[in-house]
Amino acid sequence: MSMQETAPFWINAAARISGHRAYRNQELLLDKQGIRTDEFLLELYNRLGLEYPKWFKMDRLSKLGLLAAELVLNPPSDHELRNPFEWGIVLANRHSSLDTDRKFVDQLAEIPSPAVFVYTLPNILIGEISIRHGFKGEQAFFIQEEFPATLLVNYVSSLLEEGITHSCLIGWADILGESYNATLYRVSRVREDSVHSMPFTTTNIYQYLYHEQGAVS
Amino acid sequence: MNREQLVEELKQQIIEQLNLQVKPADIVASDPLFNEGLGLDSIDALELIVLMQQKYRIKLANAEDGPKVFQSVDTMADFILANQTTQAG
Repeated sequence: MSMQETAPFWINAAARISGHRAYRNQELLLDKQGIRTDEFLLELYNRLGLEYPKWFKMDRLSKLGLLAAELVLNPPSDHELRNPFEWGIVLANRHSSLDTDRKFVDQLAEIPSPAVFVYTLPNILIGEISIRHGFKGEQAFFIQEEFPATLLVNYVSSLLEEGITHSCLIGWADILGESYNATLYRVSRVREDSVHSMPFTTTNIYQYLYHEQGAVS
Repeated sequence: MNREQLVEELKQQIIEQLNLQVKPADIVASDPLFNEGLGLDSIDALELIVLMQQKYRIKLANAEDGPKVFQSVDTMADFILANQTTQAG
């Protein structure tokens, strides 16, 4: 029996936003080339039908991550409508909050904006997702050169094994200038009755991350 | 600029500074800006202080005055007019 067949935990949904394309699992929801990143994120916000005015006040990392979270968390599954303390969020990226840090530094000649300052930490994204979805469980944000799939699988498997965390939003959310990528996965102890469910392994993480069409083979 | 023009300008600036998804006409000048009004939060309050300082060159001398000054667009306009008059005098 292969490792994948014996994996104790499951990826029940995944989403990717990059190159001005947005996928929920294998489904391409939006493909809009020839526009700026800010415009694409706004297009996606509108396409998802979100009515969340706070989104407009966020920095670009939080805007991007919140949209990706929306793709993997909605609609919520029956299995995962659980106690808020049973939901964890473990994310990573390469550029931390540098996109916003630069904006803040540019403002230092005058009076810098308090609303920009509060986003000069990458884990504020976790806070924004938590506020939006009511999560109160384990949280961590790692700064790594590349997507740390092995680290995430090991770390999150430990959380799930410990017994409090039942489900976890994990993945990568990175933005700097016009370059960005958000790839998130909804991981759980329970396998959902879904064609998209797959064992929580580094192989499956990488397959979704790097597949050009966003599909998982 | 008369008071009416100042009130309209303030509405537009608050929308821009705070990235609000409303139109100037949606803001009632006498309505509370915080809680049940526009629903602004503590970070927005800091942004309004910055707005006052950058645009109108008026510093809030006492932090305790904040809730009174930023109660509504009307109270902000009154505060700006009073302080500009003081400076001019």
